[in-house]
Amino acid sequence: MKILVTIKRVEDPESKIRITPEGTGILQEGLKFKVNPFDEIAVEEALRLVAKHSGEVVAVSIGGKEVQEQLRHALAMGASRAIWINHTEALDQMSMALLLSKVVEAEKPQLVLMGKQAIDDDQSQVGQYLAEYAQMPQATFASKKDSLDSEAEKNKQPGIVLSPEGSSVVVTREVDGGLLQVQCTLPAVVTVDLRLNQPRYASLPGIMKAKTKPIQELTCAALGVSASNHLKIQKLLKPTERKAGVILPDVASLIDKLRNEAKVL
Amino acid sequence: MAVVLIFAEVQSDGQLKKAALHALTAGKALASTLGAALHAAVLAPDARAVAEEVKTYGVAKVHAMSAAGFAHNLAEACAPALAQLAQNIGANFIGGAATAAGRDILPRMAARLQAAMVSDVMAFEAEAGSTGSTGSTGSIVWTRPMWAGSVLAKVCLDTPIQVFSVRATEFAPAEKQNAATGVIEVFEAQLPQAFPSKVLSFIELKTIRPELTEAKVVVSSGRGAKGDFSQIEALADCLGGAVGASRAACDAGWVPNDLQVGQTGKVVAPQLYIAVGISGAIQHLAGMKGSKIIVAINKDAQAPIFQVADYGLVADMHKALPELLQAIEALK
Repeated sequence: MKILVTIKRVEDPESKIRITPEGTGILQEGLKFKVNPFDEIAVEEALRLVAKHSGEVVAVSIGGKEVQEQLRHALAMGASRAIWINHTEALDQMSMALLLSKVVEAEKPQLVLMGKQAIDDDQSQVGQYLAEYAQMPQATFASKKDSLDSEAEKNKQPGIVLSPEGSSVVVTREVDGGLLQVQCTLPAVVTVDLRLNQPRYASLPGIMKAKTKPIQELTCAALGVSASNHLKIQKLLKPTERKAGVILPDVASLIDKLRNEAKVL
Repeated sequence: MAVVLIFAEVQSDGQLKKAALHALTAGKALASTLGAALHAAVLAPDARAVAEEVKTYGVAKVHAMSAAGFAHNLAEACAPALAQLAQNIGANFIGGAATAAGRDILPRMAARLQAAMVSDVMAFEAEAGSTGSTGSTGSIVWTRPMWAGSVLAKVCLDTPIQVFSVRATEFAPAEKQNAATGVIEVFEAQLPQAFPSKVLSFIELKTIRPELTEAKVVVSSGRGAKGDFSQIEALADCLGGAVGASRAACDAGWVPNDLQVGQTGKVVAPQLYIAVGISGAIQHLAGMKGSKIIVAINKDAQAPIFQVADYGLVADMHKALPELLQAIEALK
């Protein structure tokens, strides 16, 4: 089984995002970068599936040469090899999906696993666009019935279940009002939510091994796509901040404020 | 005439989803900005009853689309059907609420229409200088959150058709019009006999409380609850509110996942939000800072939640909650 996992380089979720004075971008100073946390969950799930069913995990990323750092992280976690689409300009989600669909065409994975959204753009679109472009079924927001404290999680059991003959996959989707269990024929695109698994840390031997694993460089031209950006950011703004209110001494004063000042009780 | 098409989502139980009413308001405002007509699409195994209901919310036309494949809003069925409808009626803007189904279906539909998409729209305006009299695309500037709401971006799309999802809490629900002027048209989409995916089961998380995104009061807790939400539930019930939770509490399995309030969970904006034993990670704040009144109860006076709270109480929740519950009961 071949599983393709998409990796996006994003700002560390712990970093403070600050806008440039002109509002044209964010200040790069002091920023750290990481693999998009949802994509890390996708890598973990892919590794568990391959451990159970054998096969290989291929990581793919779009960006300048700096994304090799995040691809190396996926390789250190255990992916076999990586594909780097060298493209330095901004891209909208539709165009990202179009580029990825060309990689899918060439690699023919049985499963594409990706984060349900990237924590920078927060669009939550690429997997769905890709599924349509690649003419595959989709299962978005893959989750697990059991908690992340469960025995299955301790034993690193995958939450996505492949049929024994490898022709379909059963995914538990987190939807409004409950969990929807769907079965998709393979190949399929599955996007993962927070509670699918707890990603492993890259081990030291893993990090050493990752240094010699191959990263194949591709360009838009090589993929036969003229990548254009259809989403232009005009301006970035700081949301209006709420002001800290008052600290009250006791429950009685809280009740008084809620009743007589805020008038919500 | 330009057309704005809104996906009026039907829930698994066959009812119109409340978030769809908020999307209709956004659609109406967009149509008036563009001088366009507002249409709605209802997709369900049997769309007739909901289409009758949607007709009363001030839309020019409701497209009733019935097919077995639309059960549980299966994207492989709904996306191509919506795309066919959009092409058929010449829709320039297609949108819906940013619900699980909206997020799942709309991008797939957009791919079919070679349309770019903006998610979680909070506001929009006609671009300065554009007349807005026709459906000339690229004339709308969308405002949407990025980086878990730390930043708001004003963005433009340049594809002939534009797709959008809206954050329901930013738009008021549509109201029934006295004169139901909308007409219903049946649209039969060309769909395959079988789909590559099928629903095996739906594990519904039943609750007697109002839905989180629709409640007037939300009582939330996190790590501080130490696995026990009974007092949180009691306070929520006393106030007729919903229960929410931080990511940590959901991850630990203390409460169902769909109670998570935050950028990657539910975005809520009730009249009163009571955060008990929640530190206030940026991710959580993004999901609740639109609330009208925020109360924070936390024993750590340095907790970031106090930075956004109108009223703070530095106290152990296990001591403060019974007292609060008793005091509110006494008011009744």
